[in-house]
Amino acid sequence: MSLTLKEITKRFTRRGVELTVLEDISLEVEDEEFLCILGPSGCGKTTLLRIIAGLEVATSGTVRVNEKEVSGPTPELAMIFQEYSLFPWRTVIENILFGLECRGLPQAEQMDQAKKYLDLVGLTEFAGSYPYELSGGMRQRVAVARAIAVNPSVLLMDEPFGALDAQTRNMLQKELLEIWQKTRKTILFVTHSVDEAVFLADRIVVLSRNPGRIRQIIDVTADRPRDRTCNECALIRREVLSLIEEEH
Amino acid sequence: MVIPPAEHEREEARPQKASPLLRLALPVLLLVIWEIAAILLDNEFILPRIGSVLSILLHPAADILGSGSLISNGLISLERVLIGFFIATLIAIPLGIGMGRNDMVHTLFDPVIQMFRPIPPLAWVPLSLAWFKIGLSSMVFIIALGGFFPILLNTIDGVRSVRKTWIEAATTLGASEKGILMRVVLPGAAPTIWTGLRVGFGICWMCVVAAEMMPGTNSGIGYLIMTSYNWGQVQVIIAGMIVIGIIGLGVDSLFKFVEKRRFSWRELDR
Ligand SMILES: Nc1ncnc2c1ncn2[C@@H]1O[C@H](COP(=O)(O)OP(=O)(O)OP(=O)(O)O)[C@@H](O)[C@H]1O
Ligand SMILES: [Mg+2]
Repeated sequence: MSLTLKEITKRFTRRGVELTVLEDISLEVEDEEFLCILGPSGCGKTTLLRIIAGLEVATSGTVRVNEKEVSGPTPELAMIFQEYSLFPWRTVIENILFGLECRGLPQAEQMDQAKKYLDLVGLTEFAGSYPYELSGGMRQRVAVARAIAVNPSVLLMDEPFGALDAQTRNMLQKELLEIWQKTRKTILFVTHSVDEAVFLADRIVVLSRNPGRIRQIIDVTADRPRDRTCNECALIRREVLSLIEEEH
Repeated sequence: MVIPPAEHEREEARPQKASPLLRLALPVLLLVIWEIAAILLDNEFILPRIGSVLSILLHPAADILGSGSLISNGLISLERVLIGFFIATLIAIPLGIGMGRNDMVHTLFDPVIQMFRPIPPLAWVPLSLAWFKIGLSSMVFIIALGGFFPILLNTIDGVRSVRKTWIEAATTLGASEKGILMRVVLPGAAPTIWTGLRVGFGICWMCVVAAEMMPGTNSGIGYLIMTSYNWGQVQVIIAGMIVIGIIGLGVDSLFKFVEKRRFSWRELDR
């Protein structure tokens, strides 16, 4: 798998005023990498992820997956939204089955796969529950299972834990790392939490605002599982924070 | 055990749950007033006694004035309604989906719809008689017109209420245009469409009775009521009206039952 962004620029026109949200974003994402995209609110993180997912068209520049240019949503790239993306009329297992149904696999195989991923996120008991019966954290687990079930090579995650409380959030971060290590997916993870990025990422892409540019790319080499209070983590946290503060 | 005063107060402040008997209070009162009024008036051409209406209702399969029974006429009306309702649904749902999904389709149809919507179905009666003559087709035309607008407007509403995130999630999971329509838009809009069907059916049911009162009709519950009027049989008129109410209520309950079983997710979703 290879994912390459080349000179991505995005402009919106709002009431006749042109607004450059992203400017000249070039990035080479490595196979099986856990990449965090970090930046202040409004710097264009969501927009960037949506462009990669093929949900939005860049004003200029290209996204390539396995050398092929992305021109619309492809099964290679799965998106996990911040909230409210589960289908409320479907049970948990039916939500996970959605992508498999679209692919037209034989029914028995669909069910096997869905159960496998339900198990991966530890929600086997909740197969028949509806999303409204689940907590926020459980719903995001289902969203992860549903996305992985279609076997994409890249997971695009837009602040998936942003709406959760700190404890649930920490737990889901750990679980996500385990899933990542088991399934060997490439993950692009958008967040505005420095702690989250330092805990999860192999590399942190720090974006600046107005226009959104790549400010710096920081390697995090600390061994996993990481201690959130370790020395290296603290150093990187300080570095990232100072980068962001310089902006103001 | 000692209940702390605060707790106690709260207990009292809690709204009292209404007894189911309360639901019966007003109907019973109305029946009593009816019976007293009927006795005082003593004129069965204005207000018959409850008993004479009841004796007709208790023999729903008996022929009335050579015009068929309550049941046979009720079924004829129901059949007409179903045909009209079916036609309305068949046009309104696809059109509503088109208008809800596509702005161009919406812009194209909206002016015409806004223009025709305020015209009550019954205002179409003369025109429909001129076009279709007296008979099933003119009645079905009126009924379908009556059901059309609530179904259409609710379908548009339902389709527009489908969350963009659901559609985007579906696309990234590999759904085709058709897959999005069948697996996201339709189920997502289904509760609202169902409400439209329920309201639409109610209006169709009102239209059939009125349409059957048109001159030249010779069957249906509306016809039965009209004939009874001509023969001065007020107890049949009232019995007929009660049957109309019962059938309407029955179908409405059926709609609500399905709504509760299938579409409760919309209320519960957070
Ligand atoms: N469809 C659009 N039309 C016009 N402007 C838009 C559109 N989408 C996004 N923007 C603008 O682009 C900028 C970046 O938005 P984006 O949602 O990508 O930010 P973000 O980094 O994800 O912010 P947050 O951390 O708050 O989620 C914002 O100023 C926003 O107003
Ligand atoms: Mg965002």
